[in-house]
Amino acid sequence: MGATLPRPALVDLKGRIFLGALAAICLAVPLLNLVVPEGSGLHLPTYLVSLFGKYLAFALLALSLDLVWGYCGILSLGHGAFFGLGGYAMGMYLMRQIGPRGVYGNPVLPDFMVFLNYTELPWYWLGFDRFPFAALMVLAVPGLLAFVFGWLAFRSRVTGVYLSIITQAMTFALMLAFFRNDMGLGGNNGLTDFKDILGFPVQAQGVRVALFLATAAALAIGYLIARFMTVSAYGKVLIAVRDAEPRTRFLGYRPEAYKTLAFVVSAMMAGVAGALYVPQVGIINPSEFAPTNSIEAVIWVAVGGRGTLVGAALGAILVNYAKTLLTGALPDAWLFALGALFVLVTLFLPKGIVGTAIERFGSRRAAARLPPEPEIPGKLAEEGRG
Amino acid sequence: MIRLLTLLLCLLAGPALAQAPGDAAYARLASDSYAEIEAGIVGLGASGDPRAGAVIGALADGRLLSRPADRALFIRDGSGLVEARTGAPASAEGLKPVRANNKVRRAIEAAMGGLNLTSPDPGKRREAADAMFKARDAGALPALDAALAKEADASVRRALTEARAAVILARPGAAEPERLAAIQTIAGRGDGDALGLLRALSADPSEAVRAAADRGVRTVETRLALIGAAQNVWYGISLGSVLLLAAIGLAITFGVMGIINMAHGEMVMLGAYTTFLVQGAIRAHAPALSEWSLAASIPAAFLVAGAVGVLIERSVIRHLYGRPLETLLATFGISLVLQQGVRSIFGPTNREVSAPAFMTGAFDLFGLSITWGRLWIVVFSFGVFLGLLFVLRRTSFGLKTRAVTQNRRMAAAMGIRTPLVDALTFGLGSGIAGIAGVALSQIDNVSPNLGQGYIIDSFLVVVFGGVGNLWGTLVAALTLGVANKLFEPYLGAVLAKIALLVFIILFIQKRPRGLFALKGRAVES
Amino acid sequence: MSEADLLSPEPAVGPATERRLTRALLYLDDVRVTFDGYRALRGLSLTLERGEMRAIIGPNGAGKTTMMDVITGKTRPDTGAAVFDGVHDLTRLDEPAIADLGIGRKFQKPTVFESHTVTDNIVLALKGPRRALASLFGWRNRVEAARVEEILVTVGLIAHRGRPAADLSHGQKQWLEIGMLLAQDPKLLLVDEPVAGMTDAETEATATLLRAIARDHAVMVVEHDMHFVRALACRVTCLHEGAVLAEGSIDAVSGDPRVVEVYLGR
Repeated sequence: MGATLPRPALVDLKGRIFLGALAAICLAVPLLNLVVPEGSGLHLPTYLVSLFGKYLAFALLALSLDLVWGYCGILSLGHGAFFGLGGYAMGMYLMRQIGPRGVYGNPVLPDFMVFLNYTELPWYWLGFDRFPFAALMVLAVPGLLAFVFGWLAFRSRVTGVYLSIITQAMTFALMLAFFRNDMGLGGNNGLTDFKDILGFPVQAQGVRVALFLATAAALAIGYLIARFMTVSAYGKVLIAVRDAEPRTRFLGYRPEAYKTLAFVVSAMMAGVAGALYVPQVGIINPSEFAPTNSIEAVIWVAVGGRGTLVGAALGAILVNYAKTLLTGALPDAWLFALGALFVLVTLFLPKGIVGTAIERFGSRRAAARLPPEPEIPGKLAEEGRG
Repeated sequence: MIRLLTLLLCLLAGPALAQAPGDAAYARLASDSYAEIEAGIVGLGASGDPRAGAVIGALADGRLLSRPADRALFIRDGSGLVEARTGAPASAEGLKPVRANNKVRRAIEAAMGGLNLTSPDPGKRREAADAMFKARDAGALPALDAALAKEADASVRRALTEARAAVILARPGAAEPERLAAIQTIAGRGDGDALGLLRALSADPSEAVRAAADRGVRTVETRLALIGAAQNVWYGISLGSVLLLAAIGLAITFGVMGIINMAHGEMVMLGAYTTFLVQGAIRAHAPALSEWSLAASIPAAFLVAGAVGVLIERSVIRHLYGRPLETLLATFGISLVLQQGVRSIFGPTNREVSAPAFMTGAFDLFGLSITWGRLWIVVFSFGVFLGLLFVLRRTSFGLKTRAVTQNRRMAAAMGIRTPLVDALTFGLGSGIAGIAGVALSQIDNVSPNLGQGYIIDSFLVVVFGGVGNLWGTLVAALTLGVANKLFEPYLGAVLAKIALLVFIILFIQKRPRGLFALKGRAVES
Repeated sequence: MSEADLLSPEPAVGPATERRLTRALLYLDDVRVTFDGYRALRGLSLTLERGEMRAIIGPNGAGKTTMMDVITGKTRPDTGAAVFDGVHDLTRLDEPAIADLGIGRKFQKPTVFESHTVTDNIVLALKGPRRALASLFGWRNRVEAARVEEILVTVGLIAHRGRPAADLSHGQKQWLEIGMLLAQDPKLLLVDEPVAGMTDAETEATATLLRAIARDHAVMVVEHDMHFVRALACRVTCLHEGAVLAEGSIDAVSGDPRVVEVYLGR
């Protein structure tokens, strides 16, 4: 073995800033919520803790999307499906935790099943009373769907816009399916009225803070996994596939394998994001599968900067914060603003906030390292003569 | 039974004796007892009295009044009164309406049916025969026989024969050969009523009758299944034509130009709102022309949506050529803005677009029920398709469009103003989406969300048919429409739709370039 | 997850000694390809011996690129045989499997990974396992830097090793792609128009390089530039309308009246 080629650091400068900021809010939020007394001006109300937790769950969804879009060129318009499936898996666990405390007091069947005259639990609800099983399903269901869907699509070389359209059709089909009462998943109303998670009341202040911290941790872990993948040799091939997929085949790579792996990991991350989202907002219903939701997630990534990971998370938080502000103040203006954001970012900020910042900041450093002007390969001619 | 006997007696007695039972009938109508009133109706119906129709009709409408004092009957006619028996104007005090319960109403219907059998209007006679078919009143047999003997109109004869057969089957004492012949007749009718009649014979004591009825049931069932399938195919063609309308504009912007226009659905929506505005304007300023407001909306919708399309192309899409995914995102943003804009201007609720008279109602074609509105939409969508085909294949604009999309630089080098062609082609596709909106305003809710419902379907149609191939779009739209409607009876509407989505997703795996894709080196690059 | 596809289906013909259908490295027989009614290859037959260098000439539309597409698995022929190394039926394998057998290709339009550095482009092409999962955990992080450096020196891009490939000039991208071919170290190199857009000096250098490569590799070069073809000093095959029109030394082929008629001009 010869010398080692330089491998990029797992956590680079922007990663250090990102993880540092995440650690800082993980300290600040519990402190301001639990320790600072309620009367104080510095006190953070519990509903805001859950709101921030929701933002972080969206950030993880955006991160997962960036892994496939930014590094692999797969513009998935169906990531909401993976998010929703993860959310439903968690929702099913939370429903089973209600036990006999439902309106109808049935110890096994959730209220909506009693209402719809179910006599016993459908088979796919079995096992969801146990957290480890539910947690496994949070990963396995989105992962399996992504594997089947991705493997079929990538092997058939469905790329670009076509892939985007069929991912959209996928989430649309799921939305229609989950709207049906016959699915045994609550139909229109979805799953809600949760009571406990892991034996703790889901509404309690401490549990809210814990859920927030868990989401932050998941985001950090998700970032590290995505980063590990993208700086490895695997990541190099992934980018090669993004830029010139046919060319990689002639080098002996199988792009479908690389893409499927990224797609599956990404779907699992989105599933985890959904699972963390559900207990914090207290409901999961089929509208999570709406194609619009998935496209909205794409714009978070675009705003932050695709292919930067940190930017995706930042974009998700910024856009959702703006959404909270605007829908509160000027409900009509939000869709105008969101629509304008789509247009303006694609036209004027194609690299997003973080991408543009890196370009500005990075190009000055790169300029210093710029190699000398190209020379005609005299060495080459020499070689031939020898 | 009494009433049947009375009817029989009356018919047998003939007109000569009619006067007496007629008088009795009038007296009974003025009674307080429902049974008496019912008998009175039967009597009057059979009497041949020229006023019978008017009196029974008035009773049906609650306009027949009686004077308890002398049992005289009057009919309220507008603001005045006429004497029931003569029709002469009259005035009277202390009147109360003749009441009717359900039994009385049935008697009214039967009597009206009997009366209409002798009406000079063949349509009336047919209606009467149909009513008797449904009533299956054994007492009506002589009346039917009499009517059959006189009837010259073939369709009325058939209706009478069928009614007669129904009566015979319902009557307990009929002879077997007569019943077998009746079964033949009923089976020949071949609709749901016939099926019910024949099925009722499954417990008949006669084996021959049971066997014949059984055969009849099978014949009718086959026929009904065929009609049902044909009806579903028609619904499918109708749905397919809607898909075609929605997708055809996209077949140009996406199929020919390769632009992913997520705001395509909003172009359709703008067309629908233009229809709403045009209709409102015509109703306000030229009510006489309101029948033509849809026709007037077609060019208006084309221009409005086309102009918005050109604006979008010039301001946004132009900067994103060669970056399809970015185009997708930007146009999605535009679609949000357009939706919210329309919502802010017109409100979030549905707007009413009314249908002109020629698009309302339905007609019957070999047992298929076809609504005029759907038929016009099918015709319209094919018209738009052929028109577009003509524009692209036969005009110099179409030639330039194809030249620019196939080789932009070469086209530019040959002096074609490519930016203009781009803008106009995109405008054409958007304008056609607007035209689709005119038609869809007839069958869908005109709301800001109108377009969203079509965008995914439209893309799938174009992709399924093969990008860049108009005929492929046509075939894909009709295939998907018909398949959807054929699955629906088995799966239900939602599952059928899901099944189709899954099918298309799988199909694209197998043939990523659609049904009618070009093969070769150029496609890959 | 794709290993099953990678197993090359070997033709099951008789005992091991008879398994090689041909001694040639590449054996094309009566290959026919049709695109939407256009017959791109009409019974092309051609053999290439081990270590041989061959120049392919012919007018546009003669089927040169389609032939390379067939050899590399991009296009499936309608009929005909394409056998590599005597045992591998190329018509039944896909691109990665064929690349894995040792057939490398340089495209007419230089295709490099634009957002990767010059070094990374070479690293990606280096011979070695290609599995997705394995690539996550380590391999190729410890590649032989010396080998990469050697290749970069050979193609004259050592000074540009850290630049993104997107910044290279057209000619430099051509060389980078040749460098990637070298890194791949295939048994057979298919080189499509390597000197398009190059200056005379660069063309000369490229010819020298290809002659050097041909000492231990089989090379097939498609080129229009007759001076370059002459500089390669190898057998020449002229294609016309999807079939071989003439084959032999450069002088014999360029003297062939039919070649003059369809290609070189009078």
